[in-house]
Amino acid sequence: MHEMSLVESVREIVEATARANGADRVRVVRLRIGRLATVEPEALRFCFDVVMKGSVAEGARLEIEATPGAAWCWDCSAPVTIGALTEACPACGGHRLEVTGGTEMRVHELELGAPGETNACA
Amino acid sequence: MCVTCGCGPILADGHAHEMGHGAHDHGHAHGTGPRGLGIWKEPAPRVVSVEQDLLAKNDRHAAANRQRFARAGVLALNLVSSPGSGKTTLLVETLTRLRGRRPVAVVEGDQQTSLDADRIAATGAPVVQLNTGKGCHLDALQVERALDELPLPSGGVLFIENVGNLVCPASFDLGEAHKVVVLSVTEGDDKPLKYPDMFLAADLCLVTKSDLLPYVPFDADRAIANARRINPRLECLVLSTLKGDGFDAWVDWIDRECAARGTLPAGAPAAAALERRA
Repeated sequence: MHEMSLVESVREIVEATARANGADRVRVVRLRIGRLATVEPEALRFCFDVVMKGSVAEGARLEIEATPGAAWCWDCSAPVTIGALTEACPACGGHRLEVTGGTEMRVHELELGAPGETNACA
Repeated sequence: MCVTCGCGPILADGHAHEMGHGAHDHGHAHGTGPRGLGIWKEPAPRVVSVEQDLLAKNDRHAAANRQRFARAGVLALNLVSSPGSGKTTLLVETLTRLRGRRPVAVVEGDQQTSLDADRIAATGAPVVQLNTGKGCHLDALQVERALDELPLPSGGVLFIENVGNLVCPASFDLGEAHKVVVLSVTEGDDKPLKYPDMFLAADLCLVTKSDLLPYVPFDADRAIANARRINPRLECLVLSTLKGDGFDAWVDWIDRECAARGTLPAGAPAAAALERRA
C-alpha cells in the first residue's frame, strides 16, 4: 500500500499550505494524477479520509484530475497519447514507445476555508 | 423553521431556535435577513495553487543520497522484484565474484527479520538490514539513515536489495544509478505486462533461474519482448545463479557501469580512489 505513503505526503503538503495561508480548514483538495502514474486513484481515495482525520483537511472533498499519458513513438517519430503503459501506439500499433508525460502525482490546488472557519462540525 | 437545516421553529426576532439543534449536532450561522430567514452563505472559498509533487520529499532525500554516492564514486544499484525471485541468492553470488576486485556494501530491505543480512554478512560484505515493518517498499530517507551506519564502498558498488514487491518500490527513487529488476523463470513470461510500472522504472532486467527453463513453460524471448514493449530501452540478461550460465555477463555489466561512472577499475587498490577524488 504505497498509496498510504503518498496520501501521507498529501497531508504534509496540505497542512503546510494551510498554515502558510492562515487557514484552519481545507474544504477541497485537488490532485493531478497522470494516467501513467504509479498509483491507482481509487486507492488514494480509499486512504484519504483515514489519513486526513485530525488534520485541517478532515472531511475535505478530494478531487482527482487525470492528466493524459504522453509518449514518443520511435517508429512514427511523433508524440502520441496513450492511456496505459501496455497500450500500443494509436497510429502505427507498435510498442516502441517512450513515456514522456502523464506520470505526475501532484497536489494541484486547495480550497481553503474562510479565516476563523474550522472543520469541526459544531 | 430554520431554513438552513429545517429544525425547530425560528423566532421572529432573530436567530435562536426554540428547540435548539437538539439531537443533531451541526451548528451553523443563521441568516440576518427579515425574521431571521435569510439563508446564510458560506464565504467564498480561497483557492490557492500548490503544484507540489507527492514524492517531492522522497526525491529530495534521493538527491542527497545520489550526491553522496557520486562523491564517494559509488555505483548504487536498487534490486527490485517479486518475493522469491532469487535476489538474495543472486546477490550472495555477485558479492562472492566481486570479492577482492571491488569494494562492496549492501543495504537489505525486508519487512521482518535479519535473515537476508545474515546471508550477506557471511560473504564478508558490510551490510545493514532495514526492516520496514508493515511497509511495502524502501524510501530514500530510510536508505539515508542506513548510510549513516554503513561505510560507503569508495570506488565500488552499493547494492540495495528492496522489499520483495513488484509494485510499490517502482515509485520510490532511492538515489540509485539504476533499478535492476529480477524476473525468475518460475514467474511467468507475461509478468512485465501485468506489472508494467517496475519494468518501466528499471534499466536492466535479469531473467534468473534459467537452469529451470527446461521444466517450466516460460519463454525467455517472449518475456524479454514483453518487457521491451513496456520499456524499449531495457537491457536484459538471462542467467542462472545456481549453475553460473550467463552470470559473467551480469558481472561485466557491473564493471561497465563502474567504468562509465569513473569508479575504480576492478582490482585497483582503494588508495587510487582517494587520489582520484582529491
